Amino acid sequence: MHDVNVAPVEEPVSQTLEEVVNDFSVHVATVNGSGSQSSNLILLRALFEMGIPVSGKNLFPSNIAGLPTWYTIRASKYGFTGRKKETDVLVAMNSQTAEEDVESLSPGRAVIYDEPLHLNDLRQDLHFYPVPFDKLVAPVCPAPKLRKLVRNIIYDGVLASLLGIEMEEIRNAILKQFKTKPKAVELNWNAAVAGYDWAQEHLVKKDPFRFERMEGNKGKIIIEGNAAAALGAVFGGVSVITWYPITPSSSLAESAQEYLKRFRIDPETGKATFAVVQAEDELASIGMAIGAGWAGARSMTTTAGPGISLMSEFVGLAHFAEIPVVLIDVQRMGPSTGLPTRTSQGDFLSAATLSHGDTLHPMLIPATPEECFEFTAKAFDVAERIQSPVFVMLDLDLGMNYWTADKFEYPDWEMDRGKVLSEDDIEKLLGNWGRYRDIDGDGITYRTIPGNRHPQAAYFARGTGHDPDANYSEREEDWIRNMARIRKKMLGTRRLLPEPVIDDNPNARFAFVGAGTSNEAIRESRSQLLLEYGIETAYCRVRGWPFSHRTEDFIARHKRVYVVEQNRDAQLRTLLRRQFPVIHDHLRSICYFGGMPLDARTVTEAVVEEERL
Amino acid sequence: MSATTTAKRKKTGTPNRIGLGLDPYRGLKTTLCAGCGHNSISERIIECFFEMGIDPTQVVKLSGIGCSSKSPAYFLSMSHGFNSVHGRMPAVATGAVLANKQLLALGVSGDGDTASIGLGQFVHMMRRNVPIIYIIEDNGCYGLTKGQFSATASRGSLTKTGISNDLAPIDSCGLAVQMGATFVARSFSGDKKQLQAILKAALSHRGTAVVDVVSPCVTFNDHVGSTKSYKYVRDNKIPLQSIGFVPFFDEIHVEEDFAPGSVREVELHDGSLLRLEKLEEDYDPTDRLKALGRIEAAVEQGQIITGVLYVDTEMPSFTEMLNLDDLPLAQIGPERLRPPQSALNEVMTELA
Repeated sequence: MHDVNVAPVEEPVSQTLEEVVNDFSVHVATVNGSGSQSSNLILLRALFEMGIPVSGKNLFPSNIAGLPTWYTIRASKYGFTGRKKETDVLVAMNSQTAEEDVESLSPGRAVIYDEPLHLNDLRQDLHFYPVPFDKLVAPVCPAPKLRKLVRNIIYDGVLASLLGIEMEEIRNAILKQFKTKPKAVELNWNAAVAGYDWAQEHLVKKDPFRFERMEGNKGKIIIEGNAAAALGAVFGGVSVITWYPITPSSSLAESAQEYLKRFRIDPETGKATFAVVQAEDELASIGMAIGAGWAGARSMTTTAGPGISLMSEFVGLAHFAEIPVVLIDVQRMGPSTGLPTRTSQGDFLSAATLSHGDTLHPMLIPATPEECFEFTAKAFDVAERIQSPVFVMLDLDLGMNYWTADKFEYPDWEMDRGKVLSEDDIEKLLGNWGRYRDIDGDGITYRTIPGNRHPQAAYFARGTGHDPDANYSEREEDWIRNMARIRKKMLGTRRLLPEPVIDDNPNARFAFVGAGTSNEAIRESRSQLLLEYGIETAYCRVRGWPFSHRTEDFIARHKRVYVVEQNRDAQLRTLLRRQFPVIHDHLRSICYFGGMPLDARTVTEAVVEEERL
Repeated sequence: MSATTTAKRKKTGTPNRIGLGLDPYRGLKTTLCAGCGHNSISERIIECFFEMGIDPTQVVKLSGIGCSSKSPAYFLSMSHGFNSVHGRMPAVATGAVLANKQLLALGVSGDGDTASIGLGQFVHMMRRNVPIIYIIEDNGCYGLTKGQFSATASRGSLTKTGISNDLAPIDSCGLAVQMGATFVARSFSGDKKQLQAILKAALSHRGTAVVDVVSPCVTFNDHVGSTKSYKYVRDNKIPLQSIGFVPFFDEIHVEEDFAPGSVREVELHDGSLLRLEKLEEDYDPTDRLKALGRIEAAVEQGQIITGVLYVDTEMPSFTEMLNLDDLPLAQIGPERLRPPQSALNEVMTELA
């Protein structure tokens, strides 16, 4: 059961000094390529070490250097770490966006800014803290070339002073960030101290925002979803990864390669129990993964929407020739090149039925790093069990941003390598084996792996029509029987997929259904609805497609179900309607497709309008 | 399987060196046109794999889409086969040898599958030196869709309906030498002796072996005006060498009746010997630049040069470069695929 954290979500922020402790957002505006990533990570890690539930989201442009970028930190003692729509503390380092950033703030918020920007003239209802970054950086960083990077660490020190971040934790975070570079540690630490000391001496605290140590992160880790999924692949026993670079999935393959090098080189022979190949394009990366899956490897590829489009033909082949392969789709905003650095849940429909003809591909949809780890490991078992492509659907928000998570549980289950026949198995079947004969009646047939030495082991894998013995066939009966069997097999996969997480409530006025990263916003929105409107709700988070019967029962129990998702055309709802036509009229839609990580207020406002509250 | 065969049954009685008769090397009855060059190539494959004593269960035969790509069904019935998607067989083959580096991969493709839709994958397969014998059954046209040009059709060649091709052809062998294939040969489906020797040598090579076999399409491209017709090829093919092949399991007899310097011997990876008797004085198949020059000259002059155009036995294959475990990846058990609990603990501590 999923418990609702009841919390006063937005504590009143006024110009009076009523303290807001451990429940606000810090928004840092910088220029892409200015080294702000390090300073933001140091900030995030320091807060994490202070025991405050926290998340950090990078809102970045599709650009190497020069365009505006923002980093938004959400701290919440109630554990709501989805993006907060409103900025409480703004760090304005970028002249291109500073005025617009300041204009967008609500009254009573705090602005730390680079002094020459003169932002304090813009508004009377904010707390302004000018900081002479250039003057502060010169003495601590004699090398002019490095100043652009180091001046960003100064705001860490200033924020530590203003908001009560412990400098000891800033120090620890710097050590962790630059662990192998003692010179960089000293340089950055001096810059942080310079910022801190200057702020202590020159700034008078006027705003209400403050951090203080708590015990919210016991046993927790901090990690991006891509790294979590990469670990899932490594501990799931992946043996072949073929991929092509694409935002936002590249770091997944790269991270997997690092962990594989570390844990999957045989200590005795120095040889690898894996192969990672950067292919020439996505047509090749999926083709290689399919070839490897056919020949018995645990294979996978990682990609994003444009890659999924390119892989379409091959995925249809793997579905029809019945070859296991795992595809991880870190979704970004499409169509076309779209917004390559913005998040989305826009691939549900295309992944679910990718390729021409009648196809169906199971999806596992994680919402947290723990699930990225577990579901990716699990996906290999599902793929090998059903001998078919299996999708793990991340998104940019989950994949590329830092999340706090519980330590991952070791996958202690036995690997399921599926229905594979050895030489002896074939011997026992006395010639009764056929690659596509449905012996068990579950639609899942027995396969052999190339290299099997039995004279009857070979079969011909093909994308053309075939009979139960894998012979070419255009016969109507063969075609229909085969397609019907595959359908049966695929619908049966719902038993293998993660069950939905359901938080039922007999007093619910209405219910939510969501998936993936919409979870954070839905959880918090439910709390807002309860506290601000006194409305109780129920919630079902689906984690696999085809959907479980429990999802159907849940929807049937609730007259009005809001399906919350991050795409324009209600793709998740479309899949729900398709699978559960009888109860389709229970389903309403809340679609956000702006590309930012979904926030609770957006959900709440949409529901309030629909419900006419 | 009902194995009506394309190969003659003459050798059925005598088992090969691994004790198999010819049958396991045969396949289903061909469904290609009578007289199609592709059928001759299938027969050569059957003979060579039989005579070399290749274990068919350790072979994977792969293809894309097209007439040529249908042919893996017509040989090696005891080998796993994969008829994949158009132009993308190289990726599937690459994946298969990654999963099991001990498999012998035989790819059969056509000129459309290779040089038109599949050019990208063809090039990258060679750049990686993926261990595979990659046969291009090259007839310059799309038979299965009734005779349209492929990218290897010569400039000025005519379709059956009289349409002229105005574009320059892609020379698969020139491209192969440029892109890093380590064994490049061209032959003719009608030249039984040469094709046999080339295929056997390719079987002994570790790396990408591209064998471009001009294989006339009797239905759509065997007319006057075609540069891939039986007549044109017979009239214009120029063998660079007379090719001898001595398999590693045969005793090597040194023959004395060649002029000194006229025979070039290349030792292949399994110890077999490729013996090339020069018919063209200057040609050195280990000299990449010269090979490229000669291939270009042939294109200019409308010649079809045949023989081993290029061979490099030094370059490691892709699976060798990857430092893979001795056991094929596909055969590694769960205890070695899943790192221990301590490994996960280590990472979790770092991230905490």
